[in-house]
Amino acid sequence: MAVDDPGLYDFSPYRGRPRIEWPGGKAIAVWIAPNLEYYELTPPRHPQRRLWTKPDPDVLSFAHRDHANRVGHWRMAEAMERHGFKGSISTSVALCQHHPEVIRHAAELGWEFFSHGIYNTRYAYMMDEAQERAIIEDSIRTIREATGQTIKGWLGPALSHTLNTMDLLAEHGLTYTCDLYHDDQPQPVHTRSGTLISMPYSIEVNDHYGFFIYHMTPREYAQMLIRQFERLAAEGEVSGTVMCIPLHSYLIGQPHRIGAFEEVLRHIAADGRAWITRSGDIADHYIANYMPTAGAVTEAAK
Amino acid sequence: MTLDPEYLEYPRRGLGYDHDLYEWSCLFDRPAIRWPDGKGVAVWFVIDLEWFPLTPTDTPFRAPSHMQTPFPDFRNYSAREYGTRVGMYRLLDAFEARGIKVSVAANGAIAERYPRLVEDIVAGGHEIIAHSVDMNHTVATGVPEEDERAIIERTLSALARVSGSKPRGWLSIARSQSWNTGRLLAEAGLEYLCDWVNDELPYRMSPAAGGLVNIPLNHELGDRDIVLTHQAPGESYVQQIEDAFDWLSGEAAAAGGRMLPLNLTPYVMGLPHRIGQFEGLLDTLVAKPDAWFATGDALLDAWLAAQPAPEAA
Repeated sequence: MAVDDPGLYDFSPYRGRPRIEWPGGKAIAVWIAPNLEYYELTPPRHPQRRLWTKPDPDVLSFAHRDHANRVGHWRMAEAMERHGFKGSISTSVALCQHHPEVIRHAAELGWEFFSHGIYNTRYAYMMDEAQERAIIEDSIRTIREATGQTIKGWLGPALSHTLNTMDLLAEHGLTYTCDLYHDDQPQPVHTRSGTLISMPYSIEVNDHYGFFIYHMTPREYAQMLIRQFERLAAEGEVSGTVMCIPLHSYLIGQPHRIGAFEEVLRHIAADGRAWITRSGDIADHYIANYMPTAGAVTEAAK
Repeated sequence: MTLDPEYLEYPRRGLGYDHDLYEWSCLFDRPAIRWPDGKGVAVWFVIDLEWFPLTPTDTPFRAPSHMQTPFPDFRNYSAREYGTRVGMYRLLDAFEARGIKVSVAANGAIAERYPRLVEDIVAGGHEIIAHSVDMNHTVATGVPEEDERAIIERTLSALARVSGSKPRGWLSIARSQSWNTGRLLAEAGLEYLCDWVNDELPYRMSPAAGGLVNIPLNHELGDRDIVLTHQAPGESYVQQIEDAFDWLSGEAAAAGGRMLPLNLTPYVMGLPHRIGQFEGLLDTLVAKPDAWFATGDALLDAWLAAQPAPEAA
């Protein structure tokens, strides 16, 4: 049966909403989402989505992404650390097994982990409920064993989902999803049970979009991030906004890009209007202070 | 709806890679390397010198930048040849005026068809890297092993016959390999390859993958990616490379020698409106006290000399 409206949220216009005030009276919450991924060299074929363009081994596609786990992550993390940014990592949880050194390094820096599926080469489409439960439970268990952290959030593997995804996340106690791009503020998500919000992930300023969809130069990308910040910070004085910078260190960690990106970090850190934080902290603050009751959400939408 | 249960099985989920081609290693954990004269950044130019036959093949795949229109594509055939006749000489002149030696990744067909050009490259003191037979000889899994072996042998012998020495390095077309490539390159006596862009220093492939040294030739810093794929103007290309150099030079001061691999294409960077900007970049780089201009084989030798001696058996 065709589903035309997934029914995940009600219409709620940006105009006229109550203001969200971030801790310290800040106007904008800024978080960085490094995607720490593992792509398999010989992934199984999914019936609905193709991955590499060449027969295995697709050397260039694999090696480009592998740069993250040998070079890019450390270069990016050091720049973030210099300006006081902690990452909130969209994690291919199998990375905990393949390259625990990367996970350990991020955990020691005080970064937050959430799940990005098992591998970025295993898509959720067509999974039945039991299969999707299995990858959620695997994610919770794997991150807990590797870091001691209990994940609060989710970003579908390679942004793949089923109609059950949101219900299952809430059922397993996760509180935020980074998969919905309908707003610049956290918003309640309808689920069968539990509490789930959408965490703004700013997909349009993802470095992959910047470099491989919009073909920006490194300096153009940096200027775009600053414009995005300036606008959301100004509006945030009235509304309270969230800006995410979604990154892949095999892209932003390249030597011709990292310097321009560090200027963005310097700019935001020096600005003063930003609560520089992690996605889970944003979710906690929003849910504790602004989460409408289920009835109120429905009322507001009428 | 359900997925085949095998799709949720992870047979290679464990420590290290899901393959045996090389070992994991973090760039920042390795002992610091110092290039000759204590330089911080090895600037390595690799010019792709290619011949695209008028009738393209799609087996196993059509090479990037190959013919595009219905047959006969005189437009692209001749525009690629512009690079070989004109653009290449502009680049050689630019390098030779500044005393820079570079690597040229040449198809064997270049030596067979234009031996004069290969002689000029060698006379300039530049290095020849082997780069398949011609642009109709791409390799991926599915190419029979004996065919791939023949591609390698034919390329090496064509280049050696004209250049006077056998190439030590190999660059695959589109950096594409079969499962056999590393082993066949080793069996052919090659010493290094440039296909894996996952690192920023040389490293050794595993014995199962042939055991050659991989010298990563960053595709993202190449003129094809920056100018053709991302459509950046020449001045932005120059800016991006200068930014990369400056970042790497800073990193080298703290963490040891770095590489700036610059892949060039004669029909891209050798155009009249772009070559002046490129010459400006060369002047900037030449003025950097931290730059070491290296060919691939010089990089290889410097890296090998810096490796700890193997433990006695």
